[in-house]
Amino acid sequence: MLRTSSLHNRLQAACPRFATLSVCAFAIGAIAHTPAWAAGTLAGTNIENIATASFDTGSGTVDIQSNTSVILVDELLDVTVASTDPGDVTTTPGATGVSLTYRVTNNGNGPESFRLTVNVANSGDDFDPVFGQIVIDTNNNGVYDAGVDTVYVAGTNDPLLQPDESVNVFVLTNIPSTQANGDRASVSLVASAGTGTGAPGTTFAGAGEGGGDAVVGTTGADGDANGFIRVDAASVVLAKSATILDPFGGSNAVPGSIITYTLVATVGGTGTLNNLVINDPLPAGTSYVAGSLTLQAASLTDAADTDAGNFNGTRVSVTLGNVPSGETRTVTFQTRIQ
Amino acid sequence: MIKILSALIAFCLAAPAFSAPLELASEVFVERVQKRADGSTATVLEAPKLVVPGDQLVFVVRYKNASAQPASKLSVTNPIPRAVAFSGTADGTEIVSVDGGKNWGTLAQLKVPKADGAFRQALPSDVTHVKWNLNQTLAAGSAGKLVFRGVVR
Repeated sequence: MLRTSSLHNRLQAACPRFATLSVCAFAIGAIAHTPAWAAGTLAGTNIENIATASFDTGSGTVDIQSNTSVILVDELLDVTVASTDPGDVTTTPGATGVSLTYRVTNNGNGPESFRLTVNVANSGDDFDPVFGQIVIDTNNNGVYDAGVDTVYVAGTNDPLLQPDESVNVFVLTNIPSTQANGDRASVSLVASAGTGTGAPGTTFAGAGEGGGDAVVGTTGADGDANGFIRVDAASVVLAKSATILDPFGGSNAVPGSIITYTLVATVGGTGTLNNLVINDPLPAGTSYVAGSLTLQAASLTDAADTDAGNFNGTRVSVTLGNVPSGETRTVTFQTRIQ
Repeated sequence: MIKILSALIAFCLAAPAFSAPLELASEVFVERVQKRADGSTATVLEAPKLVVPGDQLVFVVRYKNASAQPASKLSVTNPIPRAVAFSGTADGTEIVSVDGGKNWGTLAQLKVPKADGAFRQALPSDVTHVKWNLNQTLAAGSAGKLVFRGVVR
């Protein structure tokens, strides 16, 4: 790549002199290429400059060519880190493996490996989560996949990024079980250029890609970003109501009246309430109306089988599973007054 | 043909040191702004020891008529290296090309095709070649220099 590019320059420079040679078509075709790197010309590229001149001393036009002046482009060390979570990551007290997502981008002009470190003890927040692991998004899908994405070990698999390349990084933390609702924690990820960091302009002689020097860019060759965790447990409110239909079409509680119970479970807060189950024992003096159990207006069988509900002789039970906040589940069943 | 090619290769790979009536030399410097102790700044030209994207380069082309005859119709052409965005010359008397040396003119006269087939005004960064046609005769032994600037892409 680097050789090709410098060859183009040379051919391009030689063309005015050898305009009839076929190699010139090649060189002119190459002119249309312009470097497409946001990070700039790649480190290790030689910038070669040649001037040509023509003149007349009375015996016809003479062409001459200057020497080639060469500049080697040095490596610029720049990196940025961004938190890519859309907002606070909500969690519950005692949760483990809470994942924050960051994006590390090489803004330099040479391939560079980056050392990753995490700081959980930031000021201005309510608590410090317990650091677990840094994980590289190996399959680059933006989502932490346990057992698929690679656990980061400093100095062993520091991510090597080409110029303009990015990688997703997950930071897994554990939440103390004593944390209260609403507590917020800041977690920062720092990425540092393997070649070195320092004040902008700091140089590392001979350490650049392609044999040049490496020089620290405006980012200081290290970047960091904060992600936020908020403890916000989901909660459930259960409302129970009853309607009575007596044998005479009224609503009196007499022997033979049918009582329809409606249980509405509303999940509040944020996040999801997992493995929610509603159990309701039958009141004394009533008998269960077989086949009357419903969930979200759909009938459930009384047997303990594959559907969500059952009646075991003393109570109804409906398994609601994982219910996101803001949703409700409605269960109804009927009993007969004895 | 082989002879011509090998001559070309030799010509390309080693900067030629043949004697010509006119001497032409190319130099490059990096332009840096230095802070003085009193807080003011000074712009200095340095040898290009450390160059990164965004640096300002100053290209100097020196010419000298080393022959005993006056030279006329002197024309100096400098293709802009691809990694450099042209930003202008010191004297403003140049003509430029934005298509690899096919068409020439002042920058204001040139247009660049857009992706949709329309044309837009050429920008300094579009320039592929810069050329000076010096109309006066260069007396024997006299010399001069041409200067242009660029930014490392």
